Amino acid sequence: MARVPGIRPRRTVWQRLDLVARLAFPVVSAVLLVIASDIPLGLPGAALGPALVLPCVAFWSVFRPVVMPAPAVFALGLLLDLLSGAPLGVGSLGLLTVHAVALRWRRQIARQSFARVWGIVLGLTLLYGAVVYLMTSLLRFAILSPEPLLPQIALTAAVYPALAFGFIRAHRGIAQAMAE
Amino acid sequence: MIRLSIQTRQALSRLVLPAAFVSAFVVMLLGKADTVIAEGARVALADALAPAYAALAEPIGTAGAAIREVQALWQMRSENARLREENERLRRWHATALSLEAENARLKAQLAWVPEIAGQFTTARVVADQGGLYARAALLALAPGHSVAKGQVALDERGIVGRVTEVGARSARVLLLTDLNARVPVMLERSGARALLVGTNAARPRLQHWPEGTLPQEGERVVTSAEANAFPAGLPVGTVRFAPNGAAEVELFARLDRLEIVRLFDYGLRGVLPPEVTLRPASPRERR
Repeated sequence: MARVPGIRPRRTVWQRLDLVARLAFPVVSAVLLVIASDIPLGLPGAALGPALVLPCVAFWSVFRPVVMPAPAVFALGLLLDLLSGAPLGVGSLGLLTVHAVALRWRRQIARQSFARVWGIVLGLTLLYGAVVYLMTSLLRFAILSPEPLLPQIALTAAVYPALAFGFIRAHRGIAQAMAE
Repeated sequence: MIRLSIQTRQALSRLVLPAAFVSAFVVMLLGKADTVIAEGARVALADALAPAYAALAEPIGTAGAAIREVQALWQMRSENARLREENERLRRWHATALSLEAENARLKAQLAWVPEIAGQFTTARVVADQGGLYARAALLALAPGHSVAKGQVALDERGIVGRVTEVGARSARVLLLTDLNARVPVMLERSGARALLVGTNAARPRLQHWPEGTLPQEGERVVTSAEANAFPAGLPVGTVRFAPNGAAEVELFARLDRLEIVRLFDYGLRGVLPPEVTLRPASPRERR
């Protein structure tokens, strides 16, 4: 937690609870999204799990990395793998790569317009897909078809704006609570 | 709380990301080396989440039914015309089927035919659709004390769906035919040739290894074959379709994208266990 200089009254219990809730929101919402992505809605095609969790990890790694730490990213990937039946660790590695890249260039990315960030998130999805593709091929000793990556990227593209809208509001909420 | 100097704290925080990467690789190796741990973790998580999914399935099913109702009302006229035409056609088939059934019974009586034992089955609701980039599976909610076991065959009302790969106390996972790991010995109905159905993660699995000289025909029905003692013979799988690139694929009868209820049949076949368990001789559940 960043310490702002200056003398201020001690936070009350409710204020602290509120702050904790706001700080926990990104990870908790990502976990719930991963779990909810498995509800059968009769949607054909790509898997919803990565498409929902990837914007979470990318957005928070860029705009407020404190609330999306590396261990949480690792755990999210593991949850994704456990639920999808993929080889364990593959999702973790993919999400951590996205997290690391987003963290490395966060100052440059954060300055871009919404549309540019959208494009960058799609690039990160491609990166995630490439990591998962390579590691799955390696672990299964088979050359897989890269075909399923395309609907995955399209789905992420469709989902990102809706998620980002909610995240931007939550981001302001966190900033407000921290400043108070 | 332990008080650390600012330098130490900074050094530690810089180590967190590499440590997470290392743990991802460790988990990967562990999952590869010891499938029992990975499977145990999966089953435990599925068991914990299955009741929640089952509870959610109820309102979602209601909403889906409402949407379908509206659609049905919308298309009532055309649907009615189609059904009338289909009813006409089916009536003719019904007469044919009755006479064939009678003939079949007469012939079987003459041959002293030994009937096959029909499998025992459990009906279960599909509560989660567990797909990843390279995986296709469905999670079923089961009542505690069920008799579902690994290797049982899952069918929906139209055809074969897959096989049970993991069984927990309250849930079971079915590996769908479209999964990369799915391999099903099949028979081409017209020529009687054996082939292998291989999942590719796409909607239509691919046909492979048919005997030389008997090319699968477009539109030919494909059924399971009893080869390798993993499936009973004659379960409906799908029809042959050729992809634009010339690969022989099978359009499945089962509607894998909208699975709601499946039946798990126990044919007592233990010939080939599902992919996850091929690495070891018997499952730990049976050993205990």
